[in-house]
Amino acid sequence: MGPMLLTPISDNPTAFAITSAIKVLVFFGVYLVTVALLTLAERKVSAWIQDRHGPNRAGPGGLLQPAADGLKNFMKEELSPGAGNSVLFTLAPAIAFCTALVSWAVIPFAAPLPTPWGVMSFSIAQLPVGFIFTLAISSLGVYGITIAGWSSNNKYSLLGGLRSSAQMISYEIAMGLSIIPVLLLAGNVTMDAIVKQQTSGGWNVLNLSVAFLTFLISAFAETNRLPFDLPEAESELVAGYHTEYSSMKFSMFFIAEYANMLTTSGMMATLFLGGWDIPFTSWDNTGDPSVLKTLLTLLSFALKAGFFLFLYMWIRWTLPRFRYDQLMSLGWKFLLPLSLGYIVLIATVLLVLQSLGVHRGILQTGILFVLNLAVLLLVFRIFDRGRLVSPTTSRMSTSALLRLKMQDRAASTLVASMQAESGLGD
Amino acid sequence: MAITVKVMDRPVEQVSYVRATLSGLAHTFRHLVDPHKVTTQYPEETEALSKRWRGTHRMLTNEEGKAKCVACGLCPTVCPANCIKLVPGEDEEGNRFPLVFEIDEFRCIFCGYCQEVCPEEAIHVGRHYENAEYSRDGFVYDLERLTAQTHPVCEMWDPADPDGE
Repeated sequence: MGPMLLTPISDNPTAFAITSAIKVLVFFGVYLVTVALLTLAERKVSAWIQDRHGPNRAGPGGLLQPAADGLKNFMKEELSPGAGNSVLFTLAPAIAFCTALVSWAVIPFAAPLPTPWGVMSFSIAQLPVGFIFTLAISSLGVYGITIAGWSSNNKYSLLGGLRSSAQMISYEIAMGLSIIPVLLLAGNVTMDAIVKQQTSGGWNVLNLSVAFLTFLISAFAETNRLPFDLPEAESELVAGYHTEYSSMKFSMFFIAEYANMLTTSGMMATLFLGGWDIPFTSWDNTGDPSVLKTLLTLLSFALKAGFFLFLYMWIRWTLPRFRYDQLMSLGWKFLLPLSLGYIVLIATVLLVLQSLGVHRGILQTGILFVLNLAVLLLVFRIFDRGRLVSPTTSRMSTSALLRLKMQDRAASTLVASMQAESGLGD
Repeated sequence: MAITVKVMDRPVEQVSYVRATLSGLAHTFRHLVDPHKVTTQYPEETEALSKRWRGTHRMLTNEEGKAKCVACGLCPTVCPANCIKLVPGEDEEGNRFPLVFEIDEFRCIFCGYCQEVCPEEAIHVGRHYENAEYSRDGFVYDLERLTAQTHPVCEMWDPADPDGE
């Protein structure tokens, strides 16, 4: 090994090409293994929450369970519906699978690594469009599900696919809008710039708590996880869009779901928890890059993403599914106006702060945090009273509701009087 | 009569989704970290069977190691599933014994009448449930198999002693 160069590795085209190829192989290898382990983690967490042990027969503590599941899925017979569109039917899981993997490419998950050929950044692609790329790719994911539902030629699959496209389009908007304050604060859309802004100006979960909550909720909806799992809703739609899928094709949808979880967890860690930044120290983001820094920041990122992954599972085994109209009204009537208003608020505050000469730092973070607390209190005082997740009657006007109640009362008195007349009263 | 819809009067103003969610999360987390789990790790640990559990049969033997059965024919008579096949035989001293005694455990409904009706307390239903076989023929238990079983037998309910003491 020669001396470490401190120039970016992209200055050396050969080294850049080789390291990029290695990065793609290693990162996606690790990624897929993590996804496999996530399926085990989900079953373990669900078991523990339900006072069970979970899978513990295959390998030590059940660690080989994903391998056993994979083997089983490869061995299973692959069925395809006779009246379905077989080309699209085969294409759909591939779309869902690939789009789930691709967004991972832009997330930087550790401090840059020094190599003899230059400093290697720890994301596969340092795209200048950064976050916009992930938004674009995650909206492509809905095609996989919709096409799966349509090409199965099955009413449950079709309903699942339709629900999914409606849901994902609705929450895509809130998700995209909730991220605009982050971009306003960072002044850039690349992931590296967003991480750098948070290392100097405090994590965005404090700066922009409201945007964080909006993004968190939309991310749950985007990945079709409970309480937003209406596209697959076992109790209503058999298995939703993948009712007709078996064997490895089903498995690909399954992997895609967990891959999406992993990607959005990484995204939330990057956008709101400072990415690979280690809190309470500036050692990791000042001075020359070193291998130790890379390893420790990688651990820091893994812990943050792991927290969100656990949150996904924890919430899944706690909350029941939303009704369809609740889902839609939460997306359109609550999250969308909230994130729109929040953009205006943050833009105004930033403008005022800048004209007052307050720049990135503790003062700005403090002001924004207090502001966020105020907004959150206001929102939950006003909205969290039967309006966030509403009963069926909430869509009726007060007079219509009153009329229904009167009718109900009249009918029950009528029944009671009839029973009394015929001597059948209880 | 027209169908009417029951409109529930819910206290909408007092319902908080966020607070309910948080308390739900706290509840599931308490269970998550609770080391007490309810699963029985089956092959390693088993749950105790009731004393009156009626499982696959067992034929008791006398001191000479021969089946206690005297081939009286009461059990095939009382058997509601008609699963006992009995061919009686007799030795030189006039003692009856079963030449063939087969129970088809697939037909058996495990009512325990055979044990109740047996005058010699020979045939018993057993406290046992691990019965896997590789073929259906394996479930026709012959006399040799029935006497070779070692599992504990069922204690029938006694009207004179309803608590089973």
